Amino acid sequence: MSRFWGMHADVSGWKSKLVGIIPFVILIVVYIYASDARLADNPQDKLLPSFGQMYDAVERMAFTEDRRTGDYLFWKDTGASLFRLGVGVGLAFIFALMVGLNQGLYPGFNAGIGPFVTFVSMIPPLAILPILFISLGVGETAKIALIFIGTAPILTRDVYLAVDKIPSEQKVKALTIGATPAALLYRIILPQTLPRALDSLRLVLGGAWLFLIASEAIAATEGLGYRIFLVRRYMAMDVIIPYVLWITLLGFLFDWILKKLNSSLFGWYREAAK
Amino acid sequence: MEKLIEIKDVDKVYGDKVVLDNIDLNVSKGELCTLVGPSGCGKSTLLRLILGMERATRGEVIIEGKNAPRPNKQRGIVFQKYSLFPNLSVFDNVLLAKRMCQSPWASLRSASSDEKDEAMEYLKRVRLEHARDKKPHELSGGMQQRAAIAQALITKPPVLLMDEPFGALDPNTREELQVFLTELWEENNLTIFFVTHDLEEAVFLGTRLLVLSQYYTDDRGDGFDGRGGKIVFDKELKFKGASTEIKDTDEFKKLIKSIKEIGFEPRILQHVKDFNLTHPDSYQTLTEIEHRNSK
Ligand SMILES: Nc1ncnc2c1ncn2[C@@H]1O[C@H](COP(=O)(O)OP(=O)(O)O)[C@@H](O)[C@H]1O
Ligand SMILES: [Mg+2]
Repeated sequence: MSRFWGMHADVSGWKSKLVGIIPFVILIVVYIYASDARLADNPQDKLLPSFGQMYDAVERMAFTEDRRTGDYLFWKDTGASLFRLGVGVGLAFIFALMVGLNQGLYPGFNAGIGPFVTFVSMIPPLAILPILFISLGVGETAKIALIFIGTAPILTRDVYLAVDKIPSEQKVKALTIGATPAALLYRIILPQTLPRALDSLRLVLGGAWLFLIASEAIAATEGLGYRIFLVRRYMAMDVIIPYVLWITLLGFLFDWILKKLNSSLFGWYREAAK
Repeated sequence: MEKLIEIKDVDKVYGDKVVLDNIDLNVSKGELCTLVGPSGCGKSTLLRLILGMERATRGEVIIEGKNAPRPNKQRGIVFQKYSLFPNLSVFDNVLLAKRMCQSPWASLRSASSDEKDEAMEYLKRVRLEHARDKKPHELSGGMQQRAAIAQALITKPPVLLMDEPFGALDPNTREELQVFLTELWEENNLTIFFVTHDLEEAVFLGTRLLVLSQYYTDDRGDGFDGRGGKIVFDKELKFKGASTEIKDTDEFKKLIKSIKEIGFEPRILQHVKDFNLTHPDSYQTLTEIEHRNSK
């Protein structure tokens, strides 16, 4: 046993994969067992639907036209949510690069905007959600704004720190080969900052989902978060659970894509840091 | 000889710490000038003044007849570390330097074959043609510094500044690069200003040896402790272009020993008026208090 559980255990390859699956298997087995028990007791029970019931729900939501609107609700919800997430996070990323890069290069600009960015990053975004709904209405703008405000300050600060970490030798070197400040910023500093910014993006995505679902829960007509909170009224766990799994899968997928993108575009980054 | 660098009465003070104290120095074209001194004496500070990264507290730093501008193409630089851009291959590092020095935005269009040929030519010169597609982190320390030299030289700077460029290398690689640098200097008529704390390296490489040191005295009295680095030795050398065997000769060793006493020994204090400043370009203007009670 100590071969496996000891401090010096060699857990590699298939062994680590196998061990990693164990908690999932346990969860599924316990769920099936509990669900069967409850349904045997009361076939109308909604709390722990069987996999068959969830399958039917997915069939109904994703592959059948909605009777009232003629839409495939699951995909419509997914599209609406991803649009908000993409625009909000995308704008935050662009903003962070523009501001963070200039903050890192120009001490005066940093002195001017640094404290403000820090201040905004301290505001709990959910606390200003009512303000956003009141001032921007209940449409797309407020939701996108929440995601933007929730992620942009952190991203900006991270980009700034990444620029600040670049040795001053690099900047001097660039100037001695004839770079102008703008060329220095976009040809030398930007490429060295992007991999770090992509890493930060992965980290803030979790928060972005939170802001998205919170704003959809409060006021929306479509969206993954909207749907979950809508069907909660009917205790439709057979819809909620597949939706949660789907959101988790999407989050996992984006994280994986960004990671792959980072290592294929900026392979030098992790290597050089060693 | 044409003066590339002129430094007149330069002080550099950080807070209340005097780092450089009334430096006078001219450097002519074609020189391989080495600056040596104990660590902390202000060598890098002097180099930063020449490079334009910082301004002198007092006095003038003049590059090609004009007050030292901020870092630009007039001065190439090789640092001990971080001279290469880590995201670019060796070839792209050199190519970027070539294209950037023509126009800051030239690097946005694709490179012409002339530009590529020239970059390759410089890689050959530093014997790195086989490593052209490697990223800096894949190179040994010596190769990185050779690449950095190629990157600095391709812009054809009037003067190449180097701050402890071989300081992080093992002794063999270091010696190999010393020989390599003298060859490059000779073949390409370069002007080099080379900073090191390694006395042997300075004496071996230079056509002119400058010693910067805080261990000296003047008529402000021996108890005066706010003394900044000063050039205490400035002489033409005749070892240039020699093989490394010269390092074992008596003459070489004797010079090293005497400079150790002059510049590196805190207990041996030379008076400002007794400095050996015999290089033709050398000059010294002392302030009144430095030689108040002339002996
Ligand atoms: N930016 C700075 N602020 C304050 N002190 C500095 C600064 N740069 C250098 N110094 C001080 O100046 C002295 C000389 O530094 P430096 O020029 O790096 O020495 P060297 O290169 O000869 O080892 C050191 O004592 C160092 O602490
Ligand atoms: Mg130094």
